[in-house]
Amino acid sequence: MAVDMRLPTIKTSMSLSVPAAGRKDLVVPGDVITSDTGFMRGHGTYVDEDKLTASVAGEVQRVDKLICVRPLKTRFNGEVGDVVVGRITEVQQKRWKVETNSRLDSVLLLSSVNLPGGELRRRSAEDELTMREYLHEGDLISAEVQSVFSDGALSLHTRSLKYGKLGQGVLVQLSPSLIKRQKTHFHNLPCGASIILGNNGFVWLYPTPGQQEQEAGGFYTSLEPVSLSDREVISRLRNCLLALAAHKVLLYDTSVLYCYESSLQHQVKDILKPEVMEEIVMLTQQKLLEQEG
Amino acid sequence: MAGLELLTDQGYRLDGRKASELRKFQARMGVFAQADGSAYLEQGNTKALAVVYGPHEIRGSRSRALHDRAVINCQYSMATFSTAERKRRPHGDRKSTEMSLHLKQTFEAAVMTQLFPRSQIDIYVKILQSDGGNYSVCVNAATLAVIDAGIPMRDYVCACTVGFVDETPLADLCYAEESGGVSSLALALLPRGGQIALVQMDARLHQDHLETLIEAAMTACKGVSKVLDEVVRQHLQEASVHSRE
Repeated sequence: MAVDMRLPTIKTSMSLSVPAAGRKDLVVPGDVITSDTGFMRGHGTYVDEDKLTASVAGEVQRVDKLICVRPLKTRFNGEVGDVVVGRITEVQQKRWKVETNSRLDSVLLLSSVNLPGGELRRRSAEDELTMREYLHEGDLISAEVQSVFSDGALSLHTRSLKYGKLGQGVLVQLSPSLIKRQKTHFHNLPCGASIILGNNGFVWLYPTPGQQEQEAGGFYTSLEPVSLSDREVISRLRNCLLALAAHKVLLYDTSVLYCYESSLQHQVKDILKPEVMEEIVMLTQQKLLEQEG
Repeated sequence: MAGLELLTDQGYRLDGRKASELRKFQARMGVFAQADGSAYLEQGNTKALAVVYGPHEIRGSRSRALHDRAVINCQYSMATFSTAERKRRPHGDRKSTEMSLHLKQTFEAAVMTQLFPRSQIDIYVKILQSDGGNYSVCVNAATLAVIDAGIPMRDYVCACTVGFVDETPLADLCYAEESGGVSSLALALLPRGGQIALVQMDARLHQDHLETLIEAAMTACKGVSKVLDEVVRQHLQEASVHSRE
């Protein structure tokens, strides 16, 4: 088997945008943002002797009188309505615990899932006993944030046919800050695969489902073998996502699709080579700029 | 003294530094993609790798959870090849347990744990090459890793080891100096407010000298903070280039 080996090289920064040298809005922990008492303290700040001080390294964001510091990299801070992809870690009484890259494990209540066999069904004691049949430890689900508890834990729901258990596909774990907030996070890409861009940075790639599969209430998982061509498309998309993430490009349907198109001239495995990655991302950024302007 | 002259008449030390001079720093943040935060730090010949996971749900026994703040879990270890004598270092020996405890205390003073009730923050530090000042290098590396993870802190935590030779405090001791029978003191400082997070001294020292020694340690820590500050700002600028829309 041919193995590609390389020696360490110095990273050169590549960018289309202007370099950020000497930017004033970047702060580090302990930096005094303002000593004016007229401002409100937001996330990433604290008050020390009447001075508003940063507690994380990142950029300052000001909305009227509210000052926040947004760190470059952080765990997922969920908001109501966010689409998440998560993994079941525990089955408890009337609830599942879901790992969603958040500060605490999220909760999926038995009463906030669609059980097979009708919308309006009473949750009986039997349902509680058979919870593990629907979802057990290690299963992946897509869900929406229903509410946020006072300690920051999220409560999820899958009360829609588009949410539910995930079957065959590929999970890519990225930073939540790379996902662009959009109206919909479910996309059927024209290249022949579908993508769920979870707000928590978990991205799910799967073959575009046929019509009949959607009716099983989210618990039916197809075990049909996925064709080789579909698998290749999914692998290519996965490598494209990693390439975009490595160069900190925001992820949404257009950027992923453009990246996919620019990568077509390379083999799937070559996309992860740094120089190829750089080329593809450059092309993608160019296309995005053209589309904008 | 063990035959070695730690400070010459001209005021130079074994490795050619002046009394208050720090060793050369080399640092990188964000060395691992999978961890929430990570950093690599070289301070002279001492090299440390720090990794931070969290804040996340408490793993293991749930009874450790605190209802009003996060639990900080530190683990210190040394690589088998880190010292001159190759030695298997079993997990959880006396020395590393003590060091883990010190690290935990240090970071509980700086990290704003009250923001993350019922969760846990893991800090793992590994010494890859040991040449004195292990505690201080670990603290400095872990500070960078915590900042990289985006976990709120009151301030940097900077640590430095100082020794006392011939009425002169020596900053940032190397192994030869540490083992040369010097009474040394390790100090972790939150530099902006001047609060001390941890002081540790196991040797004997005349009471009158303590103040000068702590004074020298604080000055050295402030020097360390300047270096770390530069590293963080550099990293911030590089990382924020692309994330702008």
